[in-house]
Amino acid sequence: MEDEYKPVPDFPESPIRLSIASSPAHLPVVRATVDSVCELMGFDEAARGDIVLAVDEALANVIKHAYHGDGNRPIEITLRSVVFDGRGALEVELRDWGEQVAQALIKSRDLEDVRPGGLGVHIMDRCMDRVKYTHAPDGGTFLTMTKKF
Amino acid sequence: MAEVENPVRNVRWLDPEKKIVLLEAVGEVDLHRSSAFQKALLEPLSRRPQRMIVDLSGVSYMDSSGVASLVKLLSRVRRDNVDLRLAGLTPRVRSVFEITRLDTVFNLYPDVQEALDS
Repeated sequence: MEDEYKPVPDFPESPIRLSIASSPAHLPVVRATVDSVCELMGFDEAARGDIVLAVDEALANVIKHAYHGDGNRPIEITLRSVVFDGRGALEVELRDWGEQVAQALIKSRDLEDVRPGGLGVHIMDRCMDRVKYTHAPDGGTFLTMTKKF
Repeated sequence: MAEVENPVRNVRWLDPEKKIVLLEAVGEVDLHRSSAFQKALLEPLSRRPQRMIVDLSGVSYMDSSGVASLVKLLSRVRRDNVDLRLAGLTPRVRSVFEITRLDTVFNLYPDVQEALDS
């Protein structure tokens, strides 16, 4: 039987937003913030680890593929408490204004092929319950990832 | 640009013949630090060790770029016939290895002592 979701007392209903430049030096700050928010929301240690890893991999992909390593482009991160599949969940939205990558090209690779790189998409899919890409009409991409309690 | 801290804090040769090398890594290994990590991992290979132990007990976080550095090392040690052992993975680091199924590819040990004794 799944645990019944109980809203966290005093957890803000309005979203929590972070704005960062696309530098890898900012990743530890985002990880610490996401970890703290997840702890406040009541996620257990394993789920927190999954969410932090998925957000970190998603940001790394934005820096490498959407912004091609340019460390001065904007990234906005929004954390929301939502209901997903009838259960309480955390939704993490990443917004970039970089190169849009065709959705058909965003896929995990064969893990039997042991070689460096290309694991980020697989990790995001494994760690989160839903991963969804939407091209923004004015350029860039929204990546929305959801994790149920 | 600020210098990136090297996640490999210590490199120690454990025997007089310098056949066993222990690398102690600390902190978080992510996109920001993985290049320095990879460079430090590969450096001791030029002295042709027989066994390399990487102590990861001080690593609190590792992303796929850190894992990729270790996969790169693995391909090098296989070529050079070096016995690579990873020791002391913390739960979050072990989880990345399990998600990517690399826990079955690397030789993992609970701690350095077991990596030495086995």
